[in-house]
Amino acid sequence: MMAIRQNADFGSFRPFVVKVKCTDGAVRNALAQVKQGLARLDMTPDEAAAVELVMAETLNNVAEHAYPPGVVPGPIWIKCAHQAGGLWVEVIDRGLAMPDGRAPRGAPQCIEAELADLPEGGFGWFLIRSLTQDLQYDRVGHENRLQFRMPIGGVPAR
Amino acid sequence: MELSTQAEDSKYVVTVMEERIDAAVALSFKEAMRRATEPAGEIVVLDLEKVNFIDSSGLGALVATMKYLAPDRTLVLAGMTPPVEKVFQLTRMDTVFTLYKTREDALQALKD
Repeated sequence: MMAIRQNADFGSFRPFVVKVKCTDGAVRNALAQVKQGLARLDMTPDEAAAVELVMAETLNNVAEHAYPPGVVPGPIWIKCAHQAGGLWVEVIDRGLAMPDGRAPRGAPQCIEAELADLPEGGFGWFLIRSLTQDLQYDRVGHENRLQFRMPIGGVPAR
Repeated sequence: MELSTQAEDSKYVVTVMEERIDAAVALSFKEAMRRATEPAGEIVVLDLEKVNFIDSSGLGALVATMKYLAPDRTLVLAGMTPPVEKVFQLTRMDTVFTLYKTREDALQALKD
């Protein structure tokens, strides 16, 4: 589990945790709370857009695959901390494990196809992989734990 | 999903009146686009000026709309904000769609 330092010397930003129950509207709700939590982090508009996109894709995946229809919707925790290397995020849920116990590779979609064969999905993991580093997925007991880093917010020198 | 439509000469302009095209509205966006483009001619200009967030589900809905309109009608996109443009660039979908900076640019370029 990611160590969250309470007294990090990185401006006024403090680590925080958002918890939502994975029901309708949960993803938008969680994104709004995360955005609020990150408001004091000094990000460029481009960085803020990248964070929102990665968070959205990650949470959509939880809603769709960890708690699919037929599975009782459970909690999602989103932990954010800004330390050396940028923004560290951990997303935890108690839903179904990822297939084969691994996070998808997120290969780019083939878009050189004819119009009728163009992909309408499968971009999510590609976007997550493109915009994050040090991504790690663990199944711990009944929990999925996904962590990653985004080198943003004026990456502080050690 | 709220859309506004306007006929401009032979072009048909659809403006997305909401700020997000995400997983929560991807399905209703697709349905709304089908209804909205029923009277459309050959070219549909989708004005995304008000949209400040799109995720992969929203992107998929745009691809689905383009496929649905083909082969008789062509979908072009206008007014992309930087966060939307970023998703198109990362997925290289900016090479699949025809993009214009503004709806005016699109209408000018597509003049009969």
